[in-house]
Amino acid sequence: MTDTAPRERQLITLDVNGERHELLIEPRRTLVDALRHDLLLTGTHVGCEHGICGACTVLVDGAPARACLMFAAQAEGARIRTVESLAEDGELSDLQRAFTEHHGLQCGFCTPGFLMLAEGFLAERPAATKEEIREVVASNLCRCTGYQTIVEAIDDCAARRRKET
Amino acid sequence: MNDTTAAHQRATGHGRPTTPGGAWIGASVGRREDPRLLTGRGRFTDDIQLPGMLHAQFVRATVAHATVTGIDLSAVLDVPGVVAAFTAEDLELGDITARLGRPASEFVATAMPVLARDRVRFVGEPLAVVVARDAYAAEDGLEAAKVSYEPRPPVVSAARALAPGAPLVHDEAPLNTLLDVSMFATEGIDAVFDGAPHVVRVRASTGRQNALPLETRGAVASWDAREDQLLLQTCTQVPHQVRTVAARCLRLDERAVRVVVPDMGGGFGLKCVVGREEIAVAAAALRLDRPVKWIEDRKDALTASFLAREQHYDARAAFDADGRILALDADVVCDMGAYSCYPFTAGIEPLMASAEMPGVYKVPAYRVRGRAVTTNKAPTAPYRGVSRPQYVMVMERLFERAARELGMDPVEIRRRNVITDFPYTGVNRITYDPGSYRESLDLCERLVREEGWYAAREEAAAEGRHLGIGYACFSERTGYGSAAFAQRKMEVVPGFDISEVRMDTSGAVVVTTGTMSHGQSHETTMAQIVADELGLDIAKVRIHQGDTDRVTYGWGTFASRSIAVGGSAVRLAAAKLGEKLCRIAAARWELSPDAVELVTGGIRRRDGTGEVVGFPELADIAYLKAHLLPKDVEPGLSATATFDVFNDGTFSNATHGVVVELHPGTGQVEILAYLCVEDCGVAINPQVVEGQCRGGIAQGIAGALFEQVTYDDQGEPSATSFMDYKVPTAHEIPDVLIRHLQTPCAFTETGAKGAGEGGTIGAPAAVLNAVNDALRPTGTELDTTPITPETVQRAFGRTVEHPS
Repeated sequence: MTDTAPRERQLITLDVNGERHELLIEPRRTLVDALRHDLLLTGTHVGCEHGICGACTVLVDGAPARACLMFAAQAEGARIRTVESLAEDGELSDLQRAFTEHHGLQCGFCTPGFLMLAEGFLAERPAATKEEIREVVASNLCRCTGYQTIVEAIDDCAARRRKET
Repeated sequence: MNDTTAAHQRATGHGRPTTPGGAWIGASVGRREDPRLLTGRGRFTDDIQLPGMLHAQFVRATVAHATVTGIDLSAVLDVPGVVAAFTAEDLELGDITARLGRPASEFVATAMPVLARDRVRFVGEPLAVVVARDAYAAEDGLEAAKVSYEPRPPVVSAARALAPGAPLVHDEAPLNTLLDVSMFATEGIDAVFDGAPHVVRVRASTGRQNALPLETRGAVASWDAREDQLLLQTCTQVPHQVRTVAARCLRLDERAVRVVVPDMGGGFGLKCVVGREEIAVAAAALRLDRPVKWIEDRKDALTASFLAREQHYDARAAFDADGRILALDADVVCDMGAYSCYPFTAGIEPLMASAEMPGVYKVPAYRVRGRAVTTNKAPTAPYRGVSRPQYVMVMERLFERAARELGMDPVEIRRRNVITDFPYTGVNRITYDPGSYRESLDLCERLVREEGWYAAREEAAAEGRHLGIGYACFSERTGYGSAAFAQRKMEVVPGFDISEVRMDTSGAVVVTTGTMSHGQSHETTMAQIVADELGLDIAKVRIHQGDTDRVTYGWGTFASRSIAVGGSAVRLAAAKLGEKLCRIAAARWELSPDAVELVTGGIRRRDGTGEVVGFPELADIAYLKAHLLPKDVEPGLSATATFDVFNDGTFSNATHGVVVELHPGTGQVEILAYLCVEDCGVAINPQVVEGQCRGGIAQGIAGALFEQVTYDDQGEPSATSFMDYKVPTAHEIPDVLIRHLQTPCAFTETGAKGAGEGGTIGAPAAVLNAVNDALRPTGTELDTTPITPETVQRAFGRTVEHPS
């Protein structure tokens, strides 16, 4: 059994869900691993580690990004938001409520990625049509739902937001 | 009620019965799983962190078939962060061997070592486990491993496997055949074929697929010195079966192994067999006395886990002049890859196909030969639908071909042949309980017509476009009890389920089930059953599953058994507890037990006084004032019940209708409409049932049009990432219109039948038939899936730019 010295590490600061965290990590550590295993924000999931499935989608300065394709160090200075930021005071957000009402999740593994994808997209395009929403939903993979109820949930949430404003 | 659930229900107004009388069963109750999964508070296997935890990855075979001449791990140990590396020899593990109680002429048992020793049989087979301080270092360690091989010729196709003189994958299995059964062989069947006015033949193949749960496999193993017990947290559909294999391989009593299943990101069958890696990780944790985590990466999930569905059919059907089927003769060869899975064995696919192929049709004469062949490819496990997507596709092709030959309407020929009088005992000696085969077919056709698709097809044809309409009419055996599984002659016979319902002094209940939800919503649907039986609010009911210390025993979740079998056990246990509550209440009033009844929240006198005693008060007596109990009532409030099915099970059914447009230039198959008329008996939660339909249909479409695991001629897998294994997205999967019929099951406790697999079963046949309908002007008929763009282009006589 060998116990050799750790590899080179660097100190970085990440701004996640409005809190700043200092991390001492290897330069090769991905953002998703830093979020999940160093900050214990395990709501963001890992489905493929090559940027296709989108289970690891988080918001980086408001835009959806694949946290498996970024090194944590690349996210320094950016504002990162994860699924843990959506509910407030124990109340589900309107988007989360729409997902449960429409049965937009089954096993729930891909769900945080779809929520953050939708959160970022609707902030940028509140007037999105259902077809535009379907187009965006096609960025991520879900194996349980067949996507229809995910599209409907996001479309319903968008419609309600438009009604309120 | 916890806060998130309360907030969820307040906010959504979704979570109450909507049916008259307030019954929970039949209401689309909001899922109790959702609040934690939506807020990132689920706990999946990779979310587990234990103090001192190490990380494992596997050294895997890089050749498909070879003798292993050496494994040198010395350089691995020099890699920074690596703590240990073990081969099979180091860990001294027993083999995993799945068996059938069949003669050697029918079945050959083969051992699957936990780690390969002197022989590897597929690219990706685990040879050694590397354990390191973090997952990155474990990956580094793999690169330093040196394995030397003496290559053997690989067997990469079923045809090659069965060819005379082919190299043997397992020396004990001649002709690479693990199972070979010939069944039924109705007397005089050859004469029927000889004398029939019409005989049609379909030779079909279906592509190898990955069930592809989005969460890959994984496990965290740790030794609990205080409990003197191994804790194996693993994402499995069958926790008790994993416990059995782990205990045997590690030479422990079963009580010294506790298998706990965290939240699971799907399974679809891939996780209903025991994996080698979860056992190896447990062994490494014991050896090192440190917690060890293994999370499979996507490449390994695509190439080295369990696959399914690669089948080849040569089928003939005889018809009379009116389109009535006279006989069916089929030869089924399933390419099961390198190993037999535990506990089902490599017989799972051919035995399912052979036993059930006649399906919804009145087939008077039947003969089938089913074979499982072994090849140098990743092994197979049951995958949602197990063989039914394939044999239903072949049956539906036979009927479509016959309809063409007879000049009949394809729906009409089915109408003349579907079973309409129930119970019906088929030529395959299976008794089908009542269903709505004919009704679902008629309704589906009517919906397609009402939605204007027949008119649209005509208009399109006039414009030179290619629209096609296709159907699949099928049933699906669910709720297999031990009697039905015993007929397969499995050495390990699944079937029954056990449930315990326990009420605490606050009147809340915890319920155990031996089934294992991995997306199917059991925490909601099982609670609905108990809430109705005991007159409780669903917020007072908590479901426990996936813990071998908490749950007496269970067979997990597969074969659409959970609600039919597990839900029945849950209802019986709740009813037993209800009886006990009645006895305690009756004694309190000095009445006989039949003078009281269960009502919402308590027990009421039947004498018209309307007096009710609430559950908390009765629980107070049962636990805290036991001296008040009648002599024949034991203290405490728990009840256990088992449920099994002693007949052939219960059949759900459906008809799917699909409209496609083919684009000759690109070869694209565009699905314009998808309709599903389904009957799963009583739907405990219709929204959940619809979710199962839609998700199943998406996986069926994936198999029909997109997904295929392929290998080169040396057995090297060619789809190792999502770049090559094409999983459909929201672009490709259409919206599905669902209509429900309801033929309650007479022998499950709720009238429910299974609902988990039907969508997947019908989709390939319906899509393929629709494509063939659209191809009608070309004269080409396709019988093989996936239907690639190249196939469609060729059918239209177009030049294919990138020949496959």
